[in-house]
Amino acid sequence: MPEVLKAPLVIEFPFTRSLGPVQSAFLTGLRERVVLGVKTTDDRTLVPPVEYDPVTAEELHDLVEVAATGTVTTWAWNHAPRRGQPLATPFAWVLVRLDGADTALLHALDAPGPGAVHTGMRVRIRWAEERTGAITDIACFEPHDGGPAELTGTTGEFTDPVTGIVAPARLDYTYSPGRAQSAYIEALATRRTVGERCPSCRKVYVPPRGACPTCGVPTAEQVEVGPRGTVTTFCIVNIKAKNLDIEVPYVYAHIALDGAGLALHGRISGIPYDQVRMGLRVEPVWTDDARYPDHYRPTGEPDADYDAYKELL
Amino acid sequence: MTREETPGVRDIAVVAFAQTDVLRTTDELSEVEMLMPVLHSVLDRTGLKTADIGFTCSGSCDYLAGRAFSFTLALDGVGAWPPISESHVETDGAWALYEAWTKLLTGDADTALVYSYGKSSPGSLRDVLTRQLDPYYVAPLWPDSVALAALQAQALIDAGEADESALASIGTRSRRVATLNSHAQLRGTVAQGDYAVRPLRTGDCPPVGDGAAAVILAAGERARELCSRPAWIRGIDHRVEAHSLGVRDLTDSPSTRLAAERAGAFERPVDTAELHAPFSAQEIVLRKALRLDDSVRVNLSGGALAANPMMAAGLIRIGEAAARIHRGESDRALAHATSGPCLQQNLVAVLEGDAR
Ligand SMILES: [Zn+2]
Repeated sequence: MPEVLKAPLVIEFPFTRSLGPVQSAFLTGLRERVVLGVKTTDDRTLVPPVEYDPVTAEELHDLVEVAATGTVTTWAWNHAPRRGQPLATPFAWVLVRLDGADTALLHALDAPGPGAVHTGMRVRIRWAEERTGAITDIACFEPHDGGPAELTGTTGEFTDPVTGIVAPARLDYTYSPGRAQSAYIEALATRRTVGERCPSCRKVYVPPRGACPTCGVPTAEQVEVGPRGTVTTFCIVNIKAKNLDIEVPYVYAHIALDGAGLALHGRISGIPYDQVRMGLRVEPVWTDDARYPDHYRPTGEPDADYDAYKELL
Repeated sequence: MTREETPGVRDIAVVAFAQTDVLRTTDELSEVEMLMPVLHSVLDRTGLKTADIGFTCSGSCDYLAGRAFSFTLALDGVGAWPPISESHVETDGAWALYEAWTKLLTGDADTALVYSYGKSSPGSLRDVLTRQLDPYYVAPLWPDSVALAALQAQALIDAGEADESALASIGTRSRRVATLNSHAQLRGTVAQGDYAVRPLRTGDCPPVGDGAAAVILAAGERARELCSRPAWIRGIDHRVEAHSLGVRDLTDSPSTRLAAERAGAFERPVDTAELHAPFSAQEIVLRKALRLDDSVRVNLSGGALAANPMMAAGLIRIGEAAARIHRGESDRALAHATSGPCLQQNLVAVLEGDAR
């Protein structure tokens, strides 16, 4: 059995999200060093504010300022900060009920060690130097020896409100395609195409995934297919894709390699696009160092009979 | 809801259960390769073929695989060929079972195959799970799953409902009883370890592992044909807590209590409970919400502290509870599944065997 392949897979995306009126006011407030909560109809103040009451589901919109000081309601000491977390040095995760609020906000507390943190301790916001209208405008909390900070008197109306956030995310994986697909990729490295035959329906799957999707049984018997094949269907692409170095129009086709039980897809070249047809016999063309065929070209053989490939459409 | 509330509906039972061994890594296998043996094992127990199944429902998560629509590849394992009736939930398979149960209630199908799987090994699970948090106020801070569970544990300690040694004893008991569960990942004596995020030590946290599980449901007489002692679902319900952690009382789980009440759990005592409590402190919260006293055998499988394959651990709780009824070791069992941080979502099922 060949070695199972592994490769790093990094998923990175900047998630752009729009804000509703309450979230917009809260995050704009943070940019201006003001903390806003929202009032519920039974007179609780939710911080961070939400647009719907978590108990009654009523729509909420009455903004109210709370202090930048508060009390820790629970905490956890994080001795090994991870990528993206608010502080790079050991810190406490805290839920903080800001003075004037009835609910708690999750953030980080900068403290010298777990012995310096306890539930009920007083803390205040340390603002980030550069603020953009995001929860990270609060750099962290820090210990505070005193009562509630004074309010700024802000109404919650801002010129130039923040209307959206961009939340970057990155996750790192070590991807492995498993046994069957590893064998397929290993074979491609020697310019061979291998599939797996279903022990039940005898169909040969390319690329193989270790299972017959029709019968729901494992597949294991390796079968080499191709290299030649038959065009079973095709389309003519007239729109140039971004970053794609192929002139339009070009032909994209389903190709049933000889011996395969289903068609792969690939680009057809070496023939005018308007002469490509169902039944056309083709063979792969490899470029140097390629890990899969660059395209397929006509072999010059007579076209395949429709009956020979109609089950593979 | 319970059956009693909806007279005239059909009885539905768990008739078979299978699970993989849970392993720290299975990188030699694709998802479908990991899943296939478990699907065949559960079908073999009933003599059914995939083509005989009336409805198929699965649970998994794209963020574990790092690929969009990753569940479609796993469908190869069930013969996903028209006219298959099939659905998927992007969470634990316990919720897929709930969907299958409602499908069988409609009478559109007599049997259902429910499966779920998760490979945590390709990524960093603590980072991956941050992506299920509120994207505006919480996810940008990257608080990981262990950190959030640690906040809940400290809240419980502050409330005087636990201390570190009480937490440790839960992990110790779970792994000791797991010596009888050959599928569990951590069995026997495991050191309580250093702090992961204080007050939680590694022994208070679930092992990170890959695994899969599958269950077959059947309605009425079909269940009796397929299983000598079906585990009848007397009630099943799921509820959710408020989104923001700072709004919730982390020492309690009102959503679990409500789901249990709606599933009929409090109508008669249960003899067995399988709780999905990935962190030690959560077992204390759940026992309180479910009013479980020492007369109830809790997590004889070892629970999630012995094996916690993401997206399958909740379905495994239902499967373990059902299997005890199948074997005649329980007459009335409660199964609980959770999803999200600090017991955010909770599902409770009540299972019963025929009177003996
Ligand atoms: Zn087949």
